[in-house]
Amino acid sequence: MSLTSQIIQFLFTGLNVGSIYALVALGFTMIYNATAIINLAQGEFVMLGGLMMVFFTAVLQIPMYLGFFLTVVVVTTLGALFERLAIHPLKNASIITLIIITLAGSILFRGMAMFLWGKDPYGLPSFSSDQPIHIWGATLQPQFFWVLGITGVVLLGIWFFFNRTLAGKAMTACSFNSVAARLVGINVQKMVLLSFSLSAAIGAIAGAIITPITLMEYDRGPLLALKGFAAAVLGGLGSGGGAIVAGFLIGILESLGAGLVSSGYKDAIALLVLLIVLWIKPSGLFGSAEESELKKF
Amino acid sequence: MREEILKAKNLQKSFGGLRAIDSLNFAICRGQIKSVIGPNGAGKTTLFNLITGIFPPSEGILEFNGQILNGLKPHLIAQLGISRTFQNLQLFGNMTVLENVMVGRHSQTSAGLLSTGLRLSRMQKEEKDIKEKALAELTFMGLENRATLEATSLPLGEQKLLEIARALATYPKLLLLDEPAAGLNTRETEKLCHTIRKIQQRGITIILVEHDMSLVMEISDELLVLNYGKKIAEGSPRDIQRDPDVIAAYLGEETGNA
Amino acid sequence: MRDRMRRKDLYSLLLIGLLIVLYPWIVDGNEYFISVLVFLGINSIVTMGLCLLMGYAGQISLGHAAFFGIGAYFSGILTSQYSFHPVVAFFAGIFFSALVAFLVGKPTLRLKGHYMAVATLGFGEIFFIAFNELITLTGGPSGLSGIPSLSFFGQVLEVTAYLYLVWGFVFLLLIFSLNVINSRVGRALRAVHGGELAANAMGVDAAWYKVQVFVLSAVYASIAGSLYAHFITFISPSSFGLMPSIMFLMMVVIGGAGTIWGALLGTAVLTSLPEYLRGLEEFEVLAYGGILMAVLLFMPQGILEGMQKLLKSMRRTRKKNP
Repeated sequence: MSLTSQIIQFLFTGLNVGSIYALVALGFTMIYNATAIINLAQGEFVMLGGLMMVFFTAVLQIPMYLGFFLTVVVVTTLGALFERLAIHPLKNASIITLIIITLAGSILFRGMAMFLWGKDPYGLPSFSSDQPIHIWGATLQPQFFWVLGITGVVLLGIWFFFNRTLAGKAMTACSFNSVAARLVGINVQKMVLLSFSLSAAIGAIAGAIITPITLMEYDRGPLLALKGFAAAVLGGLGSGGGAIVAGFLIGILESLGAGLVSSGYKDAIALLVLLIVLWIKPSGLFGSAEESELKKF
Repeated sequence: MREEILKAKNLQKSFGGLRAIDSLNFAICRGQIKSVIGPNGAGKTTLFNLITGIFPPSEGILEFNGQILNGLKPHLIAQLGISRTFQNLQLFGNMTVLENVMVGRHSQTSAGLLSTGLRLSRMQKEEKDIKEKALAELTFMGLENRATLEATSLPLGEQKLLEIARALATYPKLLLLDEPAAGLNTRETEKLCHTIRKIQQRGITIILVEHDMSLVMEISDELLVLNYGKKIAEGSPRDIQRDPDVIAAYLGEETGNA
Repeated sequence: MRDRMRRKDLYSLLLIGLLIVLYPWIVDGNEYFISVLVFLGINSIVTMGLCLLMGYAGQISLGHAAFFGIGAYFSGILTSQYSFHPVVAFFAGIFFSALVAFLVGKPTLRLKGHYMAVATLGFGEIFFIAFNELITLTGGPSGLSGIPSLSFFGQVLEVTAYLYLVWGFVFLLLIFSLNVINSRVGRALRAVHGGELAANAMGVDAAWYKVQVFVLSAVYASIAGSLYAHFITFISPSSFGLMPSIMFLMMVVIGGAGTIWGALLGTAVLTSLPEYLRGLEEFEVLAYGGILMAVLLFMPQGILEGMQKLLKSMRRTRKKNP
């Protein structure tokens, strides 16, 4: 393969993993906007999405689209339960306690997954055919397009939710000023619950669509969460659009780095981005320095 | 008493488009009690934050005993001899009353990680000294019986006195008191008045931000009046009381307790 | 009050010391049980340092196993591949850990809450990747074997002697920690935790103290890592990754991050837990998550304080119903 085709290949791979990072970053941003919490269990929603999908389709032999739907429902419910049982009771706790409770949640989910499915990676068949497609010298599986396509649909849906529905606007109001939001009759508790549920749903979708390509095992969560968080801060924590752009950026950077430089260190690329952003410009590419000063942690 | 301990020359502080402090010039003389008054939002707390280094001035110079304060970090400014209390109490809730005051001794002591870890005799002597001096400040403020209690278990009035004790433990040359009478009743405020005088007698210069006008008029040697970040008057309490600009600024605001 | 606290500390120290000395006799020389206590000691060294950072100074580190690994790999590599003396390797590990902690700590400890937590997670992961990828140095995922055991005047230290060695370190570091806590430095750290704004206003250089305690905690972890390497003579990156970092954190939190005794209790509980889960490995991670969650929800001050409160309330009810 020529260098150009290689690069195109890496770009497509990058867009694919980038989609997942973008979705994870979006999940972080949504919860952060509603609660000022960083949900360290975000990656586990993705992992559970993938493994649940395997369970429904491979074990229970349910058709793909029904399994997809059930997966999203189950993981969303888990996210909501997590919020009700672990986050809500601690809403006045210190920041460190909140960080650790989401950490505990991630360990719990990981433990559940390990208990139910063991440590082995699981795969899924592609959503459509397995015939590779050739574009511009690069070889792509059809699942690539499913990933991009479904990610696009999700992003559109989220955009629509925040900009065109009352609930979405209410959630945005909470992020700016929860006291004022409460005063105009917005039920902040419900918004928090909604933000966790939505993030879980998005995570589940991400997990389901990427598993045919990358497989899924019980401890994929933390690294995904770290990279997704890297994207969220790179884009400017609180900016949904920024998170998405940054997610794709990191995906491409990682893919190019892995292909052209070294594949062993590819995970470190996103992590280095994370550290560099946090250390040098925590407001990210699209956030303002003043805004990040004001954000409560 | 004409020697100037703190000088502000053309001091400015802007936050984005908002000018919190504008072209401020004033001086504080050694040993005096100067009160900074003005309607809410006049920039009084901003001024305190500038002096104590929480943020740097946008323009202008702050000078303390000949040393330029601009850009110095808060802990360095504290080491120079400027100490303060906070409008909304910043006690160390995880420590006892005595321990809070002992922290005040920090900048004038030196035992580091190794000498404390190894419990060298030099450090033990210093510890004893810290405890004694801290206890002395607690006694000065009348809180010696509270020494072993958790700091936040004290009633509000005593917590405010504790913060002053802590600030005094730094042996400051200049003490900034940010609304020390807020939340105190008349008797407590009278006691505070005596205490501030006693502090002045120790040779400490005091800047007071206060809304309680009776306290301000009673105790101040000089007043500095701010409005919208600008100085509108400076002088003796009697002159300020009669100043038409000051009266105009306060029209619509309650005089006396805010 | 301070003197009363130190008497309690002294009694606890003596009690634990007695237990450790008698332990080999209690378990009849059983090497397996003695090694559990060795691991407990090694873990305690890490958690004591972490407790100083988290409980007293109020910061957070989710990547501390990296420093544990640095100590372990420095000791392991320098003694097995390059025939350095163990003491030299030991100090080399400490020096490098301190250096890394200083370089990483300065920018990271400036960050607030969540940002700090994630930054430490990230940097911990980076070291984990490095341990895996620097195959020529570390042996990669297959690990590093052939680390020499420690010997004293030609005599190889067997398990019981190693127990005393490790716990000797634990005691020295415990006394050091207690001294720091009950001093100007300890108060400065707690002031940083209690209110950075006020701490700075009282002349405490909060930023510098945060870095200092971070470096100190890294040094503790490195010491523990070196002791670990020479004990099990084979190390691999899996002992220095995310889960171990979280485990150390859990030990501090569930015992009660507020005091160093709480951290030791938590370490004891979580180090012995795997022993109860023998044969139930699938439950292991689930159990950890469940325990952490339960403690946070029902005993947020940690098990030590939770138990103390329970005892107090039991005494009160007994007084009411004689």
